[in-house]
Amino acid sequence: MIETRALAYRAGQTDILHGIDLTIPRGGITALIGPNGAGKSSLLHCVSGLNQPSEGSVTIDGLDPYAASSRERARTVALLQQSPTVVSRLKVAELVGFGRWPHHRGRPTTEDNDKTRAALAAFALDDLADRSLETLSGGQRQRAFIAMAYAQDTPWMLLDEPLNALDPRHARDLMARLHGLSRGEQGRSIVIVLHDINAAAGWADRIVAMKDGRVFAHEESAALLTPETLREVFDTPFQVLRHEGRPVVVAR
Amino acid sequence: MTRLLIAAALAGLIGLSLGIGAASLFEGDGGWLLLVSRLPRTLAALLAGAGLALAGVVVQLVVQNRLVEPSLTGTPESAMLGMLAVTLIAPGAAIALKMGVAAAAGLVGMAGFLALAARVPRADPMLLPIVGMIYAAIIGAVCTWIAWATDLMQFLGAWRLGEFSGVMQGRYEWLWGIAALAVVLYVLADRITLLGLGAAQARSLGLDYGQTRVLGLVIVAAITALVMVTVGNFPFVGLVAPNLVSRWKGDNLRANLPLIALGGGALVLGADVIGRIVRYPFEIPAATIFSVFGAAVFLWLLNARPGRRAHG
Repeated sequence: MIETRALAYRAGQTDILHGIDLTIPRGGITALIGPNGAGKSSLLHCVSGLNQPSEGSVTIDGLDPYAASSRERARTVALLQQSPTVVSRLKVAELVGFGRWPHHRGRPTTEDNDKTRAALAAFALDDLADRSLETLSGGQRQRAFIAMAYAQDTPWMLLDEPLNALDPRHARDLMARLHGLSRGEQGRSIVIVLHDINAAAGWADRIVAMKDGRVFAHEESAALLTPETLREVFDTPFQVLRHEGRPVVVAR
Repeated sequence: MTRLLIAAALAGLIGLSLGIGAASLFEGDGGWLLLVSRLPRTLAALLAGAGLALAGVVVQLVVQNRLVEPSLTGTPESAMLGMLAVTLIAPGAAIALKMGVAAAAGLVGMAGFLALAARVPRADPMLLPIVGMIYAAIIGAVCTWIAWATDLMQFLGAWRLGEFSGVMQGRYEWLWGIAALAVVLYVLADRITLLGLGAAQARSLGLDYGQTRVLGLVIVAAITALVMVTVGNFPFVGLVAPNLVSRWKGDNLRANLPLIALGGGALVLGADVIGRIVRYPFEIPAATIFSVFGAAVFLWLLNARPGRRAHG
């Protein structure tokens, strides 16, 4: 369970997050939506232990990410940052292998290698394993980074806009994969920042809407997706249709 | 096969370096000449080149820009400033102290560059080396001014232009420090590769980002100071060797570190051998030869970068 209490974050002179009280239970997919600058990325960074909150507290499965050792933290939560602007010529297998680094710190065991292979397979990267990152398409590269976060084998995966740079087919594929990984006893708990409200509507178990550094609403997916709420969150009119029992959101 | 070729090329180069010189090895006391002059000179070139190449790759991963190397971050110039200061204030100081001061000054200069770099937009990777070049030129100008005013231009000239004609047994041994630092870098290799993924990603994997970065840069400053004080500075080595290896073998430092070191060593030794041949029996400084070659490769790198948009 992720719990934040009166969490505030300030970067320089700018207040980014204000008094966030949020509880995200284990399991399933939790989508973070909201307009640009709402503080979604900052919240992910605060939760994953990378941006020390200026006030309030955060715990993740009871662990305070700012008191824990970096290793312990990296075994609890994996973060995929927004559009990794990487200069790297690492091979895909090497990158995914680095997901195991918090576990082996430079001396990979057979278990580490097995988990790396499993992560490559889970994201259909076997054929690309020996390719250099720079020769990949944007979507393939994105998948490699997500596979690295998966290989980290943490109960929590926090993904910042992983659908960036993906065409509709690959976006759908990725959401389906993540959905699969979030099910079952061993399922990962996934928190994902999405700009595509319909992807959130289609795949997320819960939606957290943010605006101006605050949590605006936090509901089971269907309950949140009303024209009124969406309009207030995004300051633009929406229509919510239904298709095969699912809400479909259209900006008007 | 490739390994065999590399080993053969390196052996050939070493053979040439040991064999070429104004005096013949087969007359008089050839063995003594070999031991006191030719071998130290060859080793010095290999060690200096290896060190500069490794310093280059570390800087590139730290700032996530392939077009940067210590000479494009003001590090050697700052180290020169440190050397000037210690030469003026305590001319009799032990060489170890002088090097320590030079390394510390280099580190401060690099910190200044990093502070600048944080304000340089990342969209165009060309911008950072240009900023670094200007920054280095400013510090270099201060060095020139001080050296000119204090009659130390001769020292400055020796630090600026790397060459090996003065290398003899007893005058290059500090460079073995590079071998030790290379071992430390090998131990840190995974961590430094992770630096190249950027702060957020590296920290998310549990890397102590700030500490690793400082450690890497301390090693870079130490290598730069060691090379500069012992044989003088060599621009471009830190750029050329890591880029050639990266294009060929990728960016996994643990796997490529020996090759980068070997490449840098071979390039500098090659430059020295050429410098000894072209106007035989006179010599052209290895740094001069290398600058011509290095500048050409640098221009090629600028044009031949695949996927300009996504990289840099």
